Amino acid sequence: MLFVLFLTFVLVAFWLLLSWHFTPFVLGCGVASVALTLYLALRMKLVDEESQPLHLSVHIVGYWAWLAKEVVVSTWDVTRHVWSPNKRVHPRVITVEATPQTAFGLMLYANSMTLTPGTVCLDVTHEKIKAHALTEDAAASLESGEMGARIRRLGL
Amino acid sequence: MESILSIISALCIGLGIFLGITGAVGIVRLPNFFTRLHAASVTDSGCAFLILSGLMLQSGFSIPTLKLFFILVFLLITSPTASHALAKTALDCGADPTPPPYEER
Repeated sequence: MLFVLFLTFVLVAFWLLLSWHFTPFVLGCGVASVALTLYLALRMKLVDEESQPLHLSVHIVGYWAWLAKEVVVSTWDVTRHVWSPNKRVHPRVITVEATPQTAFGLMLYANSMTLTPGTVCLDVTHEKIKAHALTEDAAASLESGEMGARIRRLGL
Repeated sequence: MESILSIISALCIGLGIFLGITGAVGIVRLPNFFTRLHAASVTDSGCAFLILSGLMLQSGFSIPTLKLFFILVFLLITSPTASHALAKTALDCGADPTPPPYEER
């Protein structure tokens, strides 16, 4: 029930923010779309703690900062490989242990992996995550398992 | 103050455009589907972040900035999801993720 209320609040706030029109017609459209979205989300059984991370601690901000640094480093790595005339890429598939214990943690891990240029998550199970790495550096940083360990330390 | 913000904003947008072009060049130059996905991911994260940040600096504390911020947050969640969906589908359909060494274009 809490999740439904939270989702409703987020959807209403998002509609008001993006439209910023307060005429009855536009507000009516908003009510209709929020109701439809809620109905679909409930029907698809999407309303749970995985899609509504109400339990996140403030330490996630530290993780985001670290992730931002990783994205900068790997963007530079991939950019160099794209522009340099004689650099070969060494794509390979690697498997890393799925260190996070919760569904949300796994989602965060796989999403962070894919967000970082140079690595794309291919398949997720509760034990292993399969990923595709473009360069040696990208593969090495993923295999060090630091990202997973950091998410684990957040209690996810 | 105003001019410093404009300069930072111009730098962000310029660098963002460069990363966008990098992504496009990468899609042409890299050898197969999976490696091209990495080039697209440069555009997804770096380029989108820098251009949206640059625009936010232009518009200051206002409703458009808040909207841009939310667009950024949603992009950071949806674009990896789309990349992952593409990669997983390609793998499930039997695409080879690690082809033999390729000829330079």
